[in-house]
Amino acid sequence: MAATLAQLSAGMAAGKYSSVELTRAALGRAEAAQPGLNALISVVAEAALSDAAAADARRAAGQAGPLTGIPMVHKDIFCTAGVLTTCGSKMLSNFVAPYDATVVSRLKDAGMVMIGKANMDEFAMGSSNETSFYGPVKNPWDTRCVPGGSSGGSAAAVAARLVPVATATDTGGSIRQPASLCGVTGLKPTYGRVSRYGMIAFASSLDQAGTITVSAEDAALTLQAMAGFDPRDSTSVDEPVPDYRAALDTPLAGLKIGILTEFFGEGLQPEVEAPVRAALEQFRKLGASVKEVSLPSLPLSVPTYYVVAPAECSSNLARFDGVRFGHRCESPKDLQDLYKRSRAEGFGAEVKRRIMTGTYVLSAGYYDAYYLKAQKVRALITEDFRRAFGEVDLLLGPTAPTPAFGLGDKTADPITMYLNDIYTIGANLAGLPALSIPCGFAGKLPVGVQLIGPHFGEARLLAAAHRYQLETDWHLKAPAGFPEGFA
Amino acid sequence: MTLTPQQIQNIAQLARLDLTPKQASAYAASLTTIMEMVGQLEAAETSNVTPMAHPLTGQVQRLRPDAVTSGNQRELYQRNAPQVEAGLYLVPRVIE
Repeated sequence: MAATLAQLSAGMAAGKYSSVELTRAALGRAEAAQPGLNALISVVAEAALSDAAAADARRAAGQAGPLTGIPMVHKDIFCTAGVLTTCGSKMLSNFVAPYDATVVSRLKDAGMVMIGKANMDEFAMGSSNETSFYGPVKNPWDTRCVPGGSSGGSAAAVAARLVPVATATDTGGSIRQPASLCGVTGLKPTYGRVSRYGMIAFASSLDQAGTITVSAEDAALTLQAMAGFDPRDSTSVDEPVPDYRAALDTPLAGLKIGILTEFFGEGLQPEVEAPVRAALEQFRKLGASVKEVSLPSLPLSVPTYYVVAPAECSSNLARFDGVRFGHRCESPKDLQDLYKRSRAEGFGAEVKRRIMTGTYVLSAGYYDAYYLKAQKVRALITEDFRRAFGEVDLLLGPTAPTPAFGLGDKTADPITMYLNDIYTIGANLAGLPALSIPCGFAGKLPVGVQLIGPHFGEARLLAAAHRYQLETDWHLKAPAGFPEGFA
Repeated sequence: MTLTPQQIQNIAQLARLDLTPKQASAYAASLTTIMEMVGQLEAAETSNVTPMAHPLTGQVQRLRPDAVTSGNQRELYQRNAPQVEAGLYLVPRVIE
């Protein structure tokens, strides 16, 4: 059975099945799983089958690439022309995007077939997918548990083997944390590596698009098509894109891995620590050398993030005013009333909390104490990482402090929820690439190990993850009740 | 530091959000907790630190010529508008 995108691609190339067959099967799985998982917000069956037929024609003409004909889903934060794009919010519950995000158009150009849009925390603000206007996503490993967030729908869709790849975004851990909780591979590239054009903004200095896949090889193939300079994103970086697949063959011998002292302290559950330490041992066996590295400013990541991200969010979300698009309240009595009620009705409780936190830290008299201070601490954290990468090639630690937790368990106290991202936020603050790969189980729930690389170190990260996945099969484990592959 | 429901209402006014008194009380409690956590930053020694302006060193904000690059797509964009008339976005009267 084809268990990965790479295998599916080879299967199509060998004529074992067509894209139309794969797409029809993916649509069938998506429909069957929807009542139990709620992983998707929209399904576009007709368009998908027509795109699949086009992909088959392209293959017949000898023009297929490795992604051609592969069914996939986009996180509902990416604008998709002519298709509902909600960002998990009531505010955009009627918004049909007038254009494609660059990520969407690039994957479309590569011949990928979008079957639908993945559920997510509202405006990507959340770590459990419980803030979605469309209801929480359930974790395929245990439907009483959350899938993580904000890219919970993307992670659940790949974990349940609905599709081999989903796009996702990561502002403070929103790709890696759900990947860890759902037992899939999640890659957050370097800030600026992938275009943010058409990706609905949350915190513009932190947001980055990436992938959720079964394997690191699949992430490499997908990133290859997504990455690269885009003049339409003013923070897109004009750096050449290496051949990620070719780089997968780089052996681990001689690789220096740093273990983050700060990631193995209080708060890390022992049942998560054990598989993460076992993964470290595996890397050592494969030829990597290991040394402890301390990043003294890293424990300030969460407070830094909860100034910077809300500040940027309060500014970005000011555009939702009920005038030109999005939700508008009934019978506004004047313009102020229109703004205030449209926003109050259109945004959920967590989004409002972040908008108000951001408004407060940016308000007159507080800017220096909060925003400026946070940007200084952010510089310290970034400097810590820079120093560490002078000594080691990659950093290793847990992705999340716990495995998947119960639905509703952490919704009462925002701080408890925010601490889910304690190990992931650092990479966002410093703009670094990082990934999470499955490395074992805590009871019946999957656990991920996180690797963080230097700026534009995606090839090295993916190679390390790939070598690990050649020797282990944690990434191939599928939850009970779901297929083990795609065809 | 404790934020009061009245302060929350002031913040909500700046953010153009309508809050009920009950919501203001709940947000006062949660924002107080968040700002207490943020208070950890005070301990960091940052007197000689330049605040970070971009996640990647050496990157600067690119500019482009101020030129029209795409055609008029008003009709397409207005399909998402709550209320339009004769190609105009309608809002409540603002000038009496």
